[in-house]
Amino acid sequence: MTTKPGKQASRFDPEPMPRRDFLGLAALGSAAAAVIFSLFGMLRLPKAAVLTSPSKKFTVTLPDSLGPEEAYVPEGRSVAVYRDAEGVFAISTICTHLGCVVNPNSEGFECPCHGSRFKSDGTVTKGPAPKALLWLKVSADGTQVQIDENEEVPAGTKV
Amino acid sequence: MDKSGRSALREIWGNLLAAPGRVYKTAFRSGRPTTDRTRSSFVFGNLFLHLHSVRTHIWSLKWSTTMGLGLISTAAFLITLVTGILLMFYYKPYPDVAYQSMKDIHFVVPTGRFIRNIHRWAANVMVVAVILHMARTFFTASYRKPREFNWLIGWGLLVTTLALSFTGYLLPWDQLAYWAITIGANIAQSPREITDALGITAYFDVGGLQRVILLGSDEVGAEALIRFYLLHVMILPLVLVSLMAVHFWRIRKDGGIARPENVDELIGDKERTSYPVFTDQPEKTYHLAAIVKGKTPAVGNGPENSLPSMPHLFYAELGVLMFTTLICLALALISDAPLKEIANPLVPENPAKAPWYFLGLQEIVSFSAFTGGIGIPALVWLGLGLIPFLDREKEGTGKWLGGPGGWSLFAWSLLVGFGASIGIEAFAIYFGWLREWFPDVPQLAITFINPGTVLTAIYAAYSIYIVRRYDSTRAGAVGLFTCFLCGFIVLTVVGTYFRGPNWEFYWTPSDWPGH
Repeated sequence: MTTKPGKQASRFDPEPMPRRDFLGLAALGSAAAAVIFSLFGMLRLPKAAVLTSPSKKFTVTLPDSLGPEEAYVPEGRSVAVYRDAEGVFAISTICTHLGCVVNPNSEGFECPCHGSRFKSDGTVTKGPAPKALLWLKVSADGTQVQIDENEEVPAGTKV
Repeated sequence: MDKSGRSALREIWGNLLAAPGRVYKTAFRSGRPTTDRTRSSFVFGNLFLHLHSVRTHIWSLKWSTTMGLGLISTAAFLITLVTGILLMFYYKPYPDVAYQSMKDIHFVVPTGRFIRNIHRWAANVMVVAVILHMARTFFTASYRKPREFNWLIGWGLLVTTLALSFTGYLLPWDQLAYWAITIGANIAQSPREITDALGITAYFDVGGLQRVILLGSDEVGAEALIRFYLLHVMILPLVLVSLMAVHFWRIRKDGGIARPENVDELIGDKERTSYPVFTDQPEKTYHLAAIVKGKTPAVGNGPENSLPSMPHLFYAELGVLMFTTLICLALALISDAPLKEIANPLVPENPAKAPWYFLGLQEIVSFSAFTGGIGIPALVWLGLGLIPFLDREKEGTGKWLGGPGGWSLFAWSLLVGFGASIGIEAFAIYFGWLREWFPDVPQLAITFINPGTVLTAIYAAYSIYIVRRYDSTRAGAVGLFTCFLCGFIVLTVVGTYFRGPNWEFYWTPSDWPGH
């Protein structure tokens, strides 16, 4: 309540905001702030700073008999490795739709889960896959080939 | 002195003999529920029963009012709770070890397989009962004022039930589980379909974040298993129980089961005379705790057309509990819960199928992961939540298909619902879809134009037509809800029975190519 000039404010006049209301609001606000901050703190927990995924880098020796257009799938890996006149390249066999493992065939790849089909360069020809299969980073050293499943390279990169 | 000592001993002996009877009497203070008074205290004197009112309206006791569906859901949950705790004695949530412990439960543990079968069947019964319970509440327009909030609680319970069921799916760590969760986790990642198309995934990757938080890793492994286990046995049951408590409490606070305005006419006089209770109807009842503002449920109203909850309601409830248990036991005896080979991250199950209630969505997922996995479910879920706030009409509350349109509108909606969904499925199976016609079509086009969205658009258009024709929101809601129910059934049946390897269409599993 505003007081008129020249008139002394009486202690019986109601305050603009009663003290109890102010203190109550302040308490409520600080409690809410504490809850929100602690929630944010707890929300950090479910996403680990370092994920427990195993290493995706591995080395294989390509068999000499491997011809062009022929896929070599290293044991225990979801990768198809090819060798042609231009060099060695690797295509991930994890479907870009929902993560099933696609099977290489004579025309390219085929996904067992929802029927996506891919050409042998990984581009989609049929089904729900939203994008082409990933090309993976390859470094060749004689017959030894090192592949990193976590590192993507532009399609068409051959070494 | 000697004498009185002996009498004290005699008294102790007497007290000892009387102790069992006195324990009973201190536990159950009222006598046998034979009079109105003892029947009342039977209810409010018991912690587990006092959520019920002392007397129950005859309309609520009619079988056709609720069909006991809410109670069947509850009973099924209680069964999964008991059997789930028993399974936890042996189950170990670590990859490979988990599978071995499932094998132990199946082949070594006495009654282990039976308990697991009951657990699985009770979970399925619960999902079915929860969906039917929602349909019952919808078709009797019971979500209306003052029950809007309880509809929302039920809305949360539906999602929690589905989440509980889905998290349980991973735990056996067999092929079925592993690939269903791989697909589920990638559906969580599917907002990338949109962010990739817009080229903003590098800055704003909701999909990737959702997947990492769900799995705790880049792939389905030990972290994912312990997360799903924790959700399944701890977090989600706590959420479910809390929501259930509010749900039940609100039934009381909202005035019991919804009933029609002219319920007294509908019931008639005959039942009132056959149970001569409270013949002197009290003029008033008082709120016991304090004098408060607002209506207390029975002020100025005698408890007309009601019966004592004990025995009328409780015997019915007991019957439903026993019926649910019987169903679960019978199914568990007839059919074993599946346990396939141990999870193999290199060879997908073919076909890899989600739990049955998600197979309808998987049909749409087989065109676009985002639309089928997130877009349409979110739309349906939001629509369901909005129902009680959009339909503010009064006509027909508490009656099956009460309100404008009635049963003929329902029949037409069934026709449209089944017709459109079967039609669009047949079209897509026979002619293929955009990518088969134009191989270069961008994914974003399929995300927005696929059988799922086309079906949704047809249903929405039909519902708008119905709103205009009957000049009623309720009629439109009945149309839309019925249509979506039909679409859910058709897509689920196609996904369950007519999809084989590579998600191709087959009339029967015997036509599937051999491996």
